[in-house]
Amino acid sequence: MVSLRNHESTGRGEDAPRTPAPSAADRWRALPALVRFPLAAAAAFVAVVALTFVTGPTADLRLGSVGYYMLAIAGLQLLIGYSGQVSLGHGAFMFIGAYTMALLVLNVPALPLWANMLVTVAVACVAGVLVGAATARLHGPYLAGATLALAVGLPSLTVRFPELLGGSNGLAFSTRGAPAALAGVVTTSQWQAAAVWLTTLVGLVLLATISAGRLGRRMRALRDDESAAALAGIPVGRTKVAAFVISAACGGLAGAGQAYLLGTATPSSFTVTLSLSLLAALVLGGLGSMWGAFLGAVALVYVEVWVEDLAHVLTLGTNVSNNLPIVFFGVLLILVILIRPDGLHGMFRSLADLVRRGRRPAEPAPARSRTPSTARE
Amino acid sequence: MRSRIAPAAGLMAAVLLATSCGGAGEVRDDAAADLDVSTGVTEDSIKIGSHQPLTGPAAPGYSQISIGAGAVFDYVNENGGVHGREIDYVVKDDAYDPARTIEVTRDLVHNEEIFAMLGGLGTPTHSKVVDFLDEEGVPDLFVSSGALMWNQPDKYPLTFGYQVDYTKEAKIQGKYIAENMPDAKVGYLHQNDDVGTDSEAGLEQYVAEQRVAVESYDPGNTDISPQIASLEEAGADVVVCSCIPAFTALSILESQRIGYEPQFVVSTIGADTATLTGLLSEFAAQAGNEDVPVEQLLDGMIYTGYLPAITRQDDPWIQLYSRIYEEYADSDRPMTNTTVYGMVQATQMARALMSAGEDLTRQSLLDAVHTQDWAGPGYVPFASTEDDHGGYAGAQVLRFRAGEAPETLQEAMVTDSAGGEVTAAEVERPAPEDITFYGE
Repeated sequence: MVSLRNHESTGRGEDAPRTPAPSAADRWRALPALVRFPLAAAAAFVAVVALTFVTGPTADLRLGSVGYYMLAIAGLQLLIGYSGQVSLGHGAFMFIGAYTMALLVLNVPALPLWANMLVTVAVACVAGVLVGAATARLHGPYLAGATLALAVGLPSLTVRFPELLGGSNGLAFSTRGAPAALAGVVTTSQWQAAAVWLTTLVGLVLLATISAGRLGRRMRALRDDESAAALAGIPVGRTKVAAFVISAACGGLAGAGQAYLLGTATPSSFTVTLSLSLLAALVLGGLGSMWGAFLGAVALVYVEVWVEDLAHVLTLGTNVSNNLPIVFFGVLLILVILIRPDGLHGMFRSLADLVRRGRRPAEPAPARSRTPSTARE
Repeated sequence: MRSRIAPAAGLMAAVLLATSCGGAGEVRDDAAADLDVSTGVTEDSIKIGSHQPLTGPAAPGYSQISIGAGAVFDYVNENGGVHGREIDYVVKDDAYDPARTIEVTRDLVHNEEIFAMLGGLGTPTHSKVVDFLDEEGVPDLFVSSGALMWNQPDKYPLTFGYQVDYTKEAKIQGKYIAENMPDAKVGYLHQNDDVGTDSEAGLEQYVAEQRVAVESYDPGNTDISPQIASLEEAGADVVVCSCIPAFTALSILESQRIGYEPQFVVSTIGADTATLTGLLSEFAAQAGNEDVPVEQLLDGMIYTGYLPAITRQDDPWIQLYSRIYEEYADSDRPMTNTTVYGMVQATQMARALMSAGEDLTRQSLLDAVHTQDWAGPGYVPFASTEDDHGGYAGAQVLRFRAGEAPETLQEAMVTDSAGGEVTAAEVERPAPEDITFYGE
């Protein structure tokens, strides 16, 4: 899948000596970011489509869910993992995205999907600018509190304007599935999963490019030490707002993906729980790396499914089995934080390192956080 | 494998981009699904599915429904099943979140391969899957919601309502108030979704002249004091509460707190007195008031109902259901009227399956539902004909009496969801042994 591993920290000067004969992996990493990320995304798209050909419609739906959650979590990753601002209200941007999508499909059904997505991004960006500018002076818990208020308050807009937003029942609509020409080749659910993943991957490529570039470096500088960053001439306020807007756009796009996939937008899907789940999934997956977003999204969608099946197999009491998935997710989160504060991604990375070292015992571990592409300004 | 998939995916991406220039909204072609199938039916079992809020905010009262239904199905299975087939009742938790409902419903239809859906709970939730169930040709019986949309046989031929819809119920309440309390000033208090709008449409037909206030609440906000204060200020002596149980309880507590004593008239959805008693004690305890006489608070409350209440210990159906609950229900909670709701739902389902006969297909089930004589546990007729999928067609007006069986103020009435008359219903209620809902 997408190889985004080379921009995960500010890289405090560990330039390991490079091995004389570059391996395939090294040559891959030497490609410029603008080539590498789209290539990786294309590979990921092929993998997703391949997966939909061997699974059923329910799996397609879950796969699509992993897609949009991943985008939302990746946006949050940029905000929290890279720029160091904590948001507890990112579900609010998914809410904005989902409702924008729903309103567009209902009121302008002739508008193409990509145009809907673009409008959604624009709306989410405007919301991001407003919120980001209003909260740019807030730090840590204050920012968290302000964004939390957003997640609590925004969904109640729907009951304020029931005519437009459908009240607490929300909006329902159907979207166009696979075109008639492809009938029998791909199912509607495959088509929808593919569309969501395409959106997600385009978003991820942009995110990865941004965080590998100058803006990304500025964000990481902010995260590490705000005063030092300011002294170094980094415009603190603007960078913070930029990070906020980008992650809001991702959240909005994720919400649009969800609405498109499910054909609905309802306030009860965008409660505070969603915002907190996104954050929990991010921590679980691993802060500071885009792979963490992927692992977090997979955990968010599948842990519940698996544990539910497990509870079914064990024939536990109703009260126990109903709450088991939530408990399990919580326990997993606590364990991961206790054992590996860098999340599942950190765990997998050290496993990979172990394997690599076992294979090439004489060589020093290859430098993993500095590559020519990020070193170039 | 890979060599074929890669071009396929590339092609798909290209087509995706090309066709995404068309509109995102759907142009539907209504090809009806094949109903002459027996998906989910084997030699010795029938798989029935449901989506219910087993966790989350709606779970406290409503999780009892599937426990009740499950117990009845266990009882049916123990007694020979339906034509020798056991009923396999699969309940999936959607936490009352429509996004989850969509996921678990697809799971039920595609992976579990259920024969039919029974009592999917909630308007915001179930309204998002009716289209899907219709497309897949899955019979969608007895939706647990009083919204009007389930009764649209032209649009959703496979969907059937269950509980009396909000407009019918409000018309019966409105007529009762207009006839028996003609001088009362009436205030409405309702949930600000379809429960509210549908109820108001019914009430307005009878008590528009008497109405002095219309207040609504948002289910997410438990502070109901402004609404109660406005009702008091408007001088309402009758408050028609189209509320879910938590908000009935909150309204009663808040009125008592400010010394306002209107006559409450509560809809079936919020009038389960067993649930209310529990909620009132809980809320009072949270407010630091341990010894509120909760039974006394509810005493005299007028409500509408169509199913036997558990306080009617002399009712043969309640006697049977209590026995079943004791023996089969996997729950440490006491049985409530909400449990009875689920038990009646399961009984009706088993009856429909019985009449569908041994050669069970989805079409034969629908035919059976359309022609079924439903005289049974409920107090009012049950509509499921070709052109009326409305479920329970009316309600009784009852008064709660602390520690006693409820007093029937007005026998069962029926009406329609539009401007039709409210008329007396004629129902003969058979005892459980007169009805076949299990057996070889």
